[in-house]
Amino acid sequence: MTVIQRKPVNPIAHLTAEDIEVIGKELDAIRDRVLADRGERDARYIRRVIKTQRSLELSSRAVLLFSLFPPAWVVGTVGLSIAKILENMEIGHNVLHGQWDWMRDPKIHSTTWEWDHVSPADQWKHSHNELHHRYTNVIGKDNDLGYGIMRVDEDQPWRPAHLGQPLWNLINACFFEYGIAAYDLELRGNLKNGRHKSPEFRARARAVGRKIRRQVLKDYVLHPLLSGPSFLTTLAATFTANLIRNLWSHSVIMCGHFPEGVETFEKTSIEGETRGEWYLRQMLGSANISGSRLMHIMTGNLSHQIEHHLFPDLPSNRYGEIAPEVRALFDRYGLKYTTGSLPKQVASAWWKVIRLSLPNRKPRGRADDRPTPALAATGA
Amino acid sequence: MTTTVPRPPATASLRRRFLRLAAAVTTPLLPDDYLDLVAPLRSGADLRGRILAVRPETRDAATVVVQPGRDWRGHVPGQYVRLGVDVDGVRQWRAYSVTSALGGRRDPFAITVKAIPDGVVSNHLVRRVRPGTIVQLDQATGDFVLPTPVPTRVLFVTAGSGITPVMGMLRSGALAGADVTLVHSAPTPADVIFGAELRDRAAAGALRLVERHTDHDGVLTTADLADLVPDHLDRQTWACGPVGLLDALEAHWAATGHAERLHTERFRPTVISPGEGGTVTFGRAGVTVTADGATPLLDAGETAGVLMPSGCRMGICFGCVLPLRQGAVRDLRNGALTTAVPGDGVLIQTCVSAAAGPCDIDH
Repeated sequence: MTVIQRKPVNPIAHLTAEDIEVIGKELDAIRDRVLADRGERDARYIRRVIKTQRSLELSSRAVLLFSLFPPAWVVGTVGLSIAKILENMEIGHNVLHGQWDWMRDPKIHSTTWEWDHVSPADQWKHSHNELHHRYTNVIGKDNDLGYGIMRVDEDQPWRPAHLGQPLWNLINACFFEYGIAAYDLELRGNLKNGRHKSPEFRARARAVGRKIRRQVLKDYVLHPLLSGPSFLTTLAATFTANLIRNLWSHSVIMCGHFPEGVETFEKTSIEGETRGEWYLRQMLGSANISGSRLMHIMTGNLSHQIEHHLFPDLPSNRYGEIAPEVRALFDRYGLKYTTGSLPKQVASAWWKVIRLSLPNRKPRGRADDRPTPALAATGA
Repeated sequence: MTTTVPRPPATASLRRRFLRLAAAVTTPLLPDDYLDLVAPLRSGADLRGRILAVRPETRDAATVVVQPGRDWRGHVPGQYVRLGVDVDGVRQWRAYSVTSALGGRRDPFAITVKAIPDGVVSNHLVRRVRPGTIVQLDQATGDFVLPTPVPTRVLFVTAGSGITPVMGMLRSGALAGADVTLVHSAPTPADVIFGAELRDRAAAGALRLVERHTDHDGVLTTADLADLVPDHLDRQTWACGPVGLLDALEAHWAATGHAERLHTERFRPTVISPGEGGTVTFGRAGVTVTADGATPLLDAGETAGVLMPSGCRMGICFGCVLPLRQGAVRDLRNGALTTAVPGDGVLIQTCVSAAAGPCDIDH
């Protein structure tokens, strides 16, 4: 039995086992259609994004050499923030997913890519691709649910420590890349059970240390030094750009699985799970963000979180194209396609973090799942 | 006894230090990643080339002129070059003979490509590729070359695109003064690649040209060859063409005890004909197993005791990716076929790929 099946209104009660398998087949068909059509146009897309990002980063950093002049500081900081966001979201995240491995270009490949982030690519790939994407929203298995430090579902037990979680979430947002690195290291769990002394953990921790050193040296020592008299202003600019990137990616990622309307699952529910059932879990466990094409690119197309979770290895530029088909499938089978604008979804996710910092209200022994009307996240 | 390691010149160590600093500034990328945007052919970059021109030779063959990058080391006529071309967004590597005469390290070189039916790369190069396109290159290589000094009596036996390495030798001028016979087989006179140039060279007395047109004369056999060139066994012979022809020639030269006088060039030593299942070799682990067409390579390897990288086991995490050195695999999710010939090293997801013929995994 899944957690969702114990809810007052079970969102999949009307589906038969056959329905679920047919949903799986239909989704496989969408995937196959994209694979058959994938080619030149997609390759041109990612190469253009990479070229744009590199040109933007280079020119922004060049402008920041003169960051003592306030207009240069503003232009350089904005440019560098956008470049860093593109690098992490539309490029890094998606390349590390193997979305572009089919091009067989060793320079744009999940096995060779390293990103502008303090968590080394291989550690992130393990915790993200292998654990989060496989065990999406399974309580106790998917650490992305509250990153192991927060309570984001009524079915996670409340502890007094959760009272502080709105504050932790804010701090985590500001230093998100460090949070991710600690999370990829499973730092808390490893410290708690003493595994931090194991050679394997120490090797991984050293790799993170090296990555942090390189990142800090670049952003906070070398670039400011190159700026000469603009040392301090460039330092402030790179710090601001990292902060903006962290806040942005934290917001986008929170919108993927935390807003109201997203379902969670019990560990036992995934035993012997069929492909159709896995698809169904991804469909109900993710939420989209609506917006313009530029907004989608800036979120790394994680605004199409549902499509991404169904097909994590399809090129990101395809998610928007298949979204209408996927949504039609949701409608046909009476499933809720959770989506909303960025401010609405961010507010919804934050409200959940705040609300669940307190114990469940228990009108009938169960949490009240009705979303607050002003923050309702269900699709428009 | 002590030896002193020669100290690198001060400029070299300065350059190295500068490069290290530049890498620290561009981390996690390398300075090269930025330089590639503006100067892909510069010295120090991965070897690439820019296509300067594509000239049709016959109805299904074209010559592609390539300006190689600064680190190109030149070629010896008869050698081939491996070319990495993006076709439908996918990088495909193929080997083609260099057909231009001996050129300097800064000079453009030419390859000549015959479009084979269903040939992904050959059709792309002959019919679609545009000047200005950047291609990936390896240095020219191969020992299908003339020795020095050049033998006085030479025979070339070629068929179809097999003329291409020989054309480079003929154009190089190295054979001036030698007694050269070329027996070339093609479906019709119009299908002879470099037909006009070869006939001109023959008319000028540079070589004796024997054209065989299979539509009219049938397939060239060793018996034909004995009639056409009675002294063929006395000549140093270079042959390039379909596997069947080369096998027959090798058998003939070996049977007559002159194997050392025959030099052959085979581009595709292994013909990959995909089937269901096959033997899977994990090269570095030194393990070979037989796997059916429904067993993921990951399972096949693990069952045989190979320490395999793995992750989600459902094709989403890319934690199990390994290079397929050679062979064919089928994607268990949709039946899509991936093939690799030596040098390709195509990366495949072992958890959703099954053997579709013999496979050689680099692990």
